Amino acid sequence: MNFFKKRLPLLLAFFTGWLAVILDYIPHQNGEALMTTITKGLIIIGAVTAFMGIYGLLGHHYLKMKRKNEGWAYSLLVWAGFFIMMLFGIYNNGEWILKPQAEVGGVSWIYEYIFNPCQATMFSMLAFFIASAAYRTFRAKSIEAGILLVAAIIVMIGQVPVGILISERLPDISQWLLDYPNLAVKRAIFFGIALGGVSTSLRIIFGIERAYLGGE
Amino acid sequence: MSAIDTDSNSNSNSDMNSNSHNKTNEWWIFAVFFSIIIIANAILLGSGSLKWGWSGVGIMMAAAFTIGLYSFLYQDNPLFKMAEHFYVGIATAYLIIVTWYSVILTDIIYALRDLWSQPFSSTIFWQMMAIILPTMIGLLVYTRLVPSISWLSRITFAVIIGFGSGLAIPNAINAYILEQLKPSMMPLWTSAGGIAWGALVIFFGVITTLVYFFFSLEHKGVIGKTAKIGIWFLMISFGASFGYTVMARFSLLIERINFLFRDWIPLING
Repeated sequence: MNFFKKRLPLLLAFFTGWLAVILDYIPHQNGEALMTTITKGLIIIGAVTAFMGIYGLLGHHYLKMKRKNEGWAYSLLVWAGFFIMMLFGIYNNGEWILKPQAEVGGVSWIYEYIFNPCQATMFSMLAFFIASAAYRTFRAKSIEAGILLVAAIIVMIGQVPVGILISERLPDISQWLLDYPNLAVKRAIFFGIALGGVSTSLRIIFGIERAYLGGE
Repeated sequence: MSAIDTDSNSNSNSDMNSNSHNKTNEWWIFAVFFSIIIIANAILLGSGSLKWGWSGVGIMMAAAFTIGLYSFLYQDNPLFKMAEHFYVGIATAYLIIVTWYSVILTDIIYALRDLWSQPFSSTIFWQMMAIILPTMIGLLVYTRLVPSISWLSRITFAVIIGFGSGLAIPNAINAYILEQLKPSMMPLWTSAGGIAWGALVIFFGVITTLVYFFFSLEHKGVIGKTAKIGIWFLMISFGASFGYTVMARFSLLIERINFLFRDWIPLING
């Protein structure tokens, strides 16, 4: 039993890991076809397992409601939002769930008038937090901090019409900063990411990194 | 009754009073917010700025959610929590709907149905297995709900993480090393004999930044000075990335303000 619980997952990770590496370097149509099939299989696995996450989220909020924890009424709203959207998703504009998704109907309405505005609002709120963080931290206490401050200001002003009013060359300088020094640093960081990614992948394939097994 | 008991009783009494006070406040906030939204929408409908219908109701809902979420900029409050929790519920259901219609229905149910309707052969068998096997592996994750066989879910994780790791190796080498090396080593002189400043900046930027991240050598002397230039490059990059991110977020903010004061309350023309 110990073999199935501990060794089998490690062997599977080893086998599937090397299979992916080998297939990527085999320029043969059968290899490419197998790669496509496996990639599609991974998408299927991901889709089937997605429901487990929903179970976790809804279960968490169900417990909050059951125990009447502080703010349990908000958990009710999570359930309400989920079920209202799901009802429209299942109804599928009268086609029900075994027909392809309808392009119009409740789901697209909720997506357009609730989901999208909420998402855009959430992301746009970061503008305030970034601005307030910048106000607190952007102090040119050293040469490095000064360079960061100047680069940020040039890029910010260079991206808006008022930049041209200050100097016609400001948008060009802003773009140059993004295209050259910024790109150079990104490339150097990419090298680090690649080396880190490859070493972590090798640790997983060889069974040194086992956190995904639940820490055993 | 001991002094500690008396203290804990008085603490729990004050907690209960505070909770009931908070709940009263929450109801007041909801009442005032919804009253303002209803009155504003009634005025907009009455003046003809908003048309009654699915689109009009959608704009009213979007405005209410937008204001509710923006209320967090003052402080965490019941309106934000209400909008946020409802949004989480909707987003979760949307994920399920997209997963169902774009993968489970199309790639599993329809694909199996189409294969089933064809004459049986070894090709069809393997094509069916290519769908059934990953589905079964995916379903194994639900064994986590039964503690005695929850270890079976490790098979799902092992396949996903193992294959993902294997795929990451050539992808990382190709995208982050090989594809980045060539454009980092472009000729530093132009064909006319001048200096290619762009290529020069990129070349020195990459080298100096890599030197800064190379901790096997002590940052002293030439290495130290090179690393120092690397820090300057890093600061320029962080500043530029920060500025770019700020402007991207502000464009989203402008879009939301445009929605509130053009689509909902028509104060901005054009």
